[in-house]
Amino acid sequence: MTEKTTILNLSEDELVHPGNRACAGCGLSIVYRIGLKALGRDTILVVPPSCLTVLQGLYPIAATQLPCLNVTFASTAAAATGVLGALKAQGRESTLVAAWAGDGGTSDIGIQALSGACERGENFIFICYDNEAYMNTGVQRSGTTPQGVITTTTPFSGKSQKKKDVPSIIAAHGIDYVATASAAYPLDLYDKIVKAKTMNGPKYIHIHTPCPAGWGFNPRFTVKIGKLAVETGLYDLYEIENNKWRLTGASKKLIGKKRTPVNEYFNTQNRFKALSDEQISDIQKEVDIKWQSYDETYGN
Amino acid sequence: MHIIESGNVAAANGVKLANVKVIAAYPITPQTPLTEKLSEFVDAGEMDAQYIPVESEHSALSVCIAASSTGSRAFTATSANGLLYMNEQLHWAAGARLPIVMCVVNRGIGSPWTVWNDHQDAISQRDTGWIQLYCCDHQQIIDTVIQAFYLAETVSVPVMVCYDGYILSHTYMPFEIPKQADVDKFLPSFKPEYALNPNQPANLNTVTLPDVRPDVRGDMAPGYMEIRHNLHADMRDAIDVVGDIDKKFNQIFGRGENPYIETYRCDAAEFVAVCLGSLSYHLRDVVDILREEGIPVGVAGLRLYRPFPDQAIRDMLADLKGVIVFEKALSYGNQGALFADIKAALYSSKNRPKVHNYILGLGGREIKTAHLVDALRNSCVDTDKVGDTPVWIGLKM
Ligand SMILES: Cc1ncc(C[n+]2csc(CCOP(=O)(O)OP(=O)(O)O)c2C)c(N)n1
Ligand code: SF4
Ligand SMILES: [Mg+2]
Repeated sequence: MTEKTTILNLSEDELVHPGNRACAGCGLSIVYRIGLKALGRDTILVVPPSCLTVLQGLYPIAATQLPCLNVTFASTAAAATGVLGALKAQGRESTLVAAWAGDGGTSDIGIQALSGACERGENFIFICYDNEAYMNTGVQRSGTTPQGVITTTTPFSGKSQKKKDVPSIIAAHGIDYVATASAAYPLDLYDKIVKAKTMNGPKYIHIHTPCPAGWGFNPRFTVKIGKLAVETGLYDLYEIENNKWRLTGASKKLIGKKRTPVNEYFNTQNRFKALSDEQISDIQKEVDIKWQSYDETYGN
Repeated sequence: MHIIESGNVAAANGVKLANVKVIAAYPITPQTPLTEKLSEFVDAGEMDAQYIPVESEHSALSVCIAASSTGSRAFTATSANGLLYMNEQLHWAAGARLPIVMCVVNRGIGSPWTVWNDHQDAISQRDTGWIQLYCCDHQQIIDTVIQAFYLAETVSVPVMVCYDGYILSHTYMPFEIPKQADVDKFLPSFKPEYALNPNQPANLNTVTLPDVRPDVRGDMAPGYMEIRHNLHADMRDAIDVVGDIDKKFNQIFGRGENPYIETYRCDAAEFVAVCLGSLSYHLRDVVDILREEGIPVGVAGLRLYRPFPDQAIRDMLADLKGVIVFEKALSYGNQGALFADIKAALYSSKNRPKVHNYILGLGGREIKTAHLVDALRNSCVDTDKVGDTPVWIGLKM
C-alpha cells in the first residue's frame, strides 16, 4: 500500500469552487472537492442528472475546473465508454475518464449501462455517491435507501425492502478494484481514488454520503453522522482488490472492538423515525452477525 | 469498383469510406448484417475504428454522443424498437448539436411484434431534431451515408439515413463503391468547434435557465429557448446545404442532381404520386401503366424529409390537379404524417391541388402493383371521390 495522504500533503489544487449550488453541509461537496483533487486535472468527467448536476452550476457558469459531459440519467457508463473510445481513436489515452453518479443513477436506472461497461472491461473509474435516495427530485426512495427509511415515496411506514448491495453486484463482474468510502473519511477516499488510477479496466468506488436536507439533520453534523454509520458497523469501508476483500481504515480498526449501538446512528436523523424498537433490534442483530464473521475471519 | 451486394453491405462500405472512428451498435433485425459487417471490417483491420459492442441501443447512442463530444466521428445503426429505445438520446444528440450519423433500417414497431418493413419507426422520431434522408436503392445508400457525414458536420445536426428493411437491406443489387481517394477529397476530416479536453475545460449540457444569463465576464449567454431556436434555424439552413453538397458530390462522383425530390415522368404531369423510400421505384411501374392509359401522372420520391423541403414541394406540386401521398406510416387518430406535411406546404399556394392519402404496407403487408394502379387511377380520374381521410390499401377486412 502506498503512503497514506494526510491533510499536510493533500493536493492544494482546488478544482471545485466554493459557492457552488449544493446545500449547506452537503456530504457530496466534501467528496467531490477531495475526489477531484485525487483524480487530478487530466481527467474528463461524466455526470448524469443528480444533485451533482446542480452543484456544478447553471449555464453559462460552472463550479468546477475539469471538463465535464453531462449526460442522460441511464447513460453514464455508456457515455464514459464513448469518451474512452474517442480518446483511444485519437491516441489520447493518458487522459483519465471518471463517471460520477448518485445512487439512483448507479444502482437503479444506470445499472444496465454500468454492468455493460464493467463486462466490456472499460478503463474508467465509476464513482457512486450514495445519499440513499433520489435527492435531486425531492427525496424519493432508491434501490440503496436502507430499510425503514422515510422518503417522499415511503412516507409513513418507511421503505420495507433492504438496501441493494451495489458494490457486491459490481464486484461480481470480476473487475480488479471495488472499494467503499465515506464522506466522513475524505482522505481514505482520496487514497482509494489514487490507487484506482493506477489500475486498468473498470474501477468502482461507492461513497456513503450524508445529506442533511434528505436525511433530516443539522448541516453541522454531516461528518459526525458519516462516522457514526461506520462506527456502528452499519456501513463498512473495504476494498476488493484483485478479488481479495479486506476491511480498510476506520472499519478495519473496529475488528475485535466494541461498536456503537445502531440506535445512536438512527437517532440522529429524522428519516429513521418510523423504525420500531423491534426493527432496530433486528438490524442490530444483523450487524452483530456480520461483524462476528468479520472478527472471526479477520481478527487475530 | 462495382459489386453486387445487399443494402446493409452498401451502408457498411459507406461507413468505412467515411473514416468513422467510433462505432457502437446493438443488433436488431433487419439492421443486424450492417452491424456484423462493421465489426468484421474493424476486426480484420480493414477499418481503423473503435467498435464498441454495447448492451443496448440506448447505450449505443450514448457512446456516439460522448465520442462525438470528445471529437471523433461516430456512427450507429438500428431499426424499429431499437430506434424507439434511443428516443431520449435522439433528442439529446440533436440538442447537443452532435454530427452523429445513424442508419435506420426501416421496420414496423410492436406491439404486435413485426420484423417487416414500414416507416413508423423513423416517422415517429421525426420531431427529435435529426435530419432524415431516405434512400431508394443501394447506390443511394452508400452515397447518402458518405454525404450524411458532410451534412451533419457542416450544420452540426445529427443525420438519419433511412432505408427500407428487407426490400433494400437484404436484397442484392449492383452498386459502385466510390474510390477512397475521391471520398477523402469530398469529405473533409472532422474538426469540431469544441471537444472535451482537460486543457480547455468546459461543462457541456448543463442545466440552462428559461431566460438568457450573463457569464462571468458579463457577456450574455443564450437561454434554453435561444439554443433551441438555433437548432431549428440551422436545420432550415440545412436545406440549402443539402443542395450544395449534392452539387459537390455530383462533380466528383457524377451522381446526384436531385437533392430533395427524385422525380419520374413528372414532365407535363397533372397528377403526382408522392412517397418515401423504395416505394417510389415500385410506383414507377405503376405510372408507366397509367401513362399507357393516357393518364398524365408521375412519381416524386422525397429524399429529404426533415428538414422539410417545403419550397421544393411547392415548386413541384403547387399547380397540379392532384397529389397522391402513399405512406407506410401514420399519425394514429389523424392521417399520414407526410400527407399532413405536404398539405401544409401547399396551403399558401394559389391553385392548391387535391391531396389524397393512401396507407399501405404496414408491418410488411405485400404491396401489389394492381392495388397501386387502382388506387392511383381512382385518385386521378375522380379527384373528388377520394376524400381527405386516408384510405387503406390491401386491407383484408
Ligand atoms: C430518464 C429520467 N428519469 C427521471 C429523471 C428525473 N431525475 C433527475 S435526478 C433524479 C434522481 C437522482 O437521484 P440520485 O442518482 O440518487 O442522485 P441525487 O439526486 O440523490 O444526488 C431523477 C429521478 C431524469 N432526469 N431522467
Ligand atoms: S439534497 Fe442532499 S445531496 Fe443534494 S445538495 Fe442538498 S445536501 Fe447535498
Ligand atoms: Mg441519491
